[in-house]
Amino acid sequence: MGATTVVLAGVGGQGTILAGDVLAKVAVAEGHEVKLSEVHGMAQRGGSVDTVVRFGEEVFSPVIDRGMADHLIAFEIIEGARTLPYLRPGGRLVVNRRMVAPLPVLIGDLPAPVDLEPALIAEGAVLLDAEALACEAGSPRSANVVLLGAASYGLPFAEATWTSVIEKRVPPKTVEANLRAFALGRRACAEGVCEL
Amino acid sequence: MSRTLLSGNEAVARGAWEAGVAVGVGYPGTPSTEVLESLVRYDSVRCEWAPNEKVAAEVAGGVSLGGRRTLVTMKHVGLNVAADVLYTQAYTGVTGGLVYLVADDPGMHSSQNEQDTRNHAAAAHVPLLEPSDSQEALEYVISAFRISEAYDVPVIVRMTTRISHAKTLVEVGERSEMVGSSYASHPPKFVMMPGNARLRRIDLESRMTALQAYAETASENRVEMRDASLGIVTSGIAYQYVREALPDASVLKIGLVNPLPDRLLLDFRSRVERLAVVEELDPYLTLRLKALGVDLVDTGLPTIGELSPMAIAVAFGGEVPATREPIPDLPPRPPLLCPGCPHRGIFHGLAKMRAIVIGDIGCYTLAALPPLKAMDSCVCMGASIGMARGMELVGSADRPVVAVIGDSTFAHSGITGLLHMAYTGSCATVVVLDNRTTAMTGHQGNPVSGVALGGDPAPAVDLEALCGALGAASVRVVDPHDLDATLAVLKHEVAQDHLSVIIAKAPCALIVKEHKDPFAVDEESCTKCGACVRLGCPAISYDENGRAVIDTTLCVGCSQCVQVCRFDAIVQVGPSCDIGGV
Repeated sequence: MGATTVVLAGVGGQGTILAGDVLAKVAVAEGHEVKLSEVHGMAQRGGSVDTVVRFGEEVFSPVIDRGMADHLIAFEIIEGARTLPYLRPGGRLVVNRRMVAPLPVLIGDLPAPVDLEPALIAEGAVLLDAEALACEAGSPRSANVVLLGAASYGLPFAEATWTSVIEKRVPPKTVEANLRAFALGRRACAEGVCEL
Repeated sequence: MSRTLLSGNEAVARGAWEAGVAVGVGYPGTPSTEVLESLVRYDSVRCEWAPNEKVAAEVAGGVSLGGRRTLVTMKHVGLNVAADVLYTQAYTGVTGGLVYLVADDPGMHSSQNEQDTRNHAAAAHVPLLEPSDSQEALEYVISAFRISEAYDVPVIVRMTTRISHAKTLVEVGERSEMVGSSYASHPPKFVMMPGNARLRRIDLESRMTALQAYAETASENRVEMRDASLGIVTSGIAYQYVREALPDASVLKIGLVNPLPDRLLLDFRSRVERLAVVEELDPYLTLRLKALGVDLVDTGLPTIGELSPMAIAVAFGGEVPATREPIPDLPPRPPLLCPGCPHRGIFHGLAKMRAIVIGDIGCYTLAALPPLKAMDSCVCMGASIGMARGMELVGSADRPVVAVIGDSTFAHSGITGLLHMAYTGSCATVVVLDNRTTAMTGHQGNPVSGVALGGDPAPAVDLEALCGALGAASVRVVDPHDLDATLAVLKHEVAQDHLSVIIAKAPCALIVKEHKDPFAVDEESCTKCGACVRLGCPAISYDENGRAVIDTTLCVGCSQCVQVCRFDAIVQVGPSCDIGGV
């Protein structure tokens, strides 16, 4: 059987690595063969970062090409748009509405992209505001776990498995806020309230 | 049976621990860094960061000489620094097993070049093993120690970014405690003066000949016969891509890459109709097969950058599947200096002075990018100081030449450059960016920060005293967050007729736990002059009306922007969630 591929696309510092680690551990706990790939080092200094998690009966390559992802979870909207060609036709797209302006935009060399939301919605995206939900959960830093919750809704794993992995993986003091963040993200997708 | 998800680097550490390694030593470098950070957490292993890879390889050589197993870790360019040690260690051989873990970075995710370490193994006449996932990383490290002792030679285990940083499932074992024998002096083997070295050179050749015989039946080289119409010779991560892209092809997977098993290669050739090589970077396997007179399918695969499953599928006639159209006109996202980065203060000053900045390896290399555009050169660890001396010798018209180097890079290989400057009467200015850590690779301790591997306190070198002792006539310490004071010191020192060192001392923004309250722009006062935006801080941008705006969730309150604002338009506000989130 082919592997299922999830791409977590974001900006260095957004917590994609922790999110990818949780997802991979959940897949392991549910008995899958798993590979996870991420990039460290200079790219992490505010650059684009993609984490790829692949699971199934047999997984070979830890990295993928365009058109191979079944799920794309974008932690930032420009990165969602940039990574879109990696998502296969018919794949599931969840995008955080937050835009983190890249340096050329910050300094006014290039314009900020416009109309990304309708372009992504036309590609079937579910949009949500992970930072607002994270603040609601009690920790603005838990936006990555909100997005994990949103991702979880479309993945074949039991909610209890997610919960138990998150409890073990996040700092002890933040367990409750992160579990609330996960539930809020999951519920946002379940109830279809993402497209605000 | 229980399996654990480990990165390739974590699996290497586990393998070394299981092999009974006594000491792990290295210098941080992406993608190798996590090996020692993982190994230090095991019992009964002493782990140390060395100031550079050469020292690390020498420490490892001493452990081996003393009869115990040792792992020395570095990235690919680090092996250039350690090569002086390795090439002669190949002659002396080992007492305790000696394994080099070298991580290459095809595609240069975090490197200045993409050299292929397999060439070093061939040139140094040492064996090289190359795993294709974390399970093999663990097993090959154990094999490497066994080979090192059985064939009396240091062994390289070569990783690449996708092996080091991919996590895959691993079945772990237990530790075998290795008992060291009592030391016995053996000068003909270990004192490499010419008379001894000539004999060891001949001996090395016989050891490698024996290893070549071993390679023919080594379990690390594996034939997987499937459809015999196409056979692929491959190794490392390329093996996984081949399995993904060409599931029916027969494969000869090479795990022991040096020396290569010539008979096995020829035998595999005879069992398939067509033979091709799939390998990342240099045509290493390809050239060996061609030297053996084997006809190969010309795949047209690149020898630059990373391979991918799709590239391989297409090279063998596969069709590119339909994909979604890219969304056009997306701005690129280069990496950048963090909000509150102390380096920004120095480069702001250097840009104002129109200095020629001879830079070095670290986060601060990012100052070369707009809007700071304050770096003219970056080559290798420590190059800034020697190159600045060279620039000084040939003159630079009206622009001052300043060498800029990080604290860990200075300890790595900047000290000798400064010694050269002092010795030759240089009047240059050297800035040491002392941010109290080795930031780029993920905040490792170093001899300047006074933090040991594992986080314990360690003796810290007195940078000021060191630079003075080397011969700098003036050693000044500045807080780079204080922009005016920093600029004044820079201007003063470049005008002096003596060797100056300026130590810019402020901790990396990512290791500061307690952030000050963020700043915000007062719309009424902002004149849209753009001075704050030109600092290149990720927290500052223009709003739709062309005024500056600060993202209070990113701002850490460093106040550099406040100092460049001539209109007092930047004011301190409360923490981010209190002011309505993002």
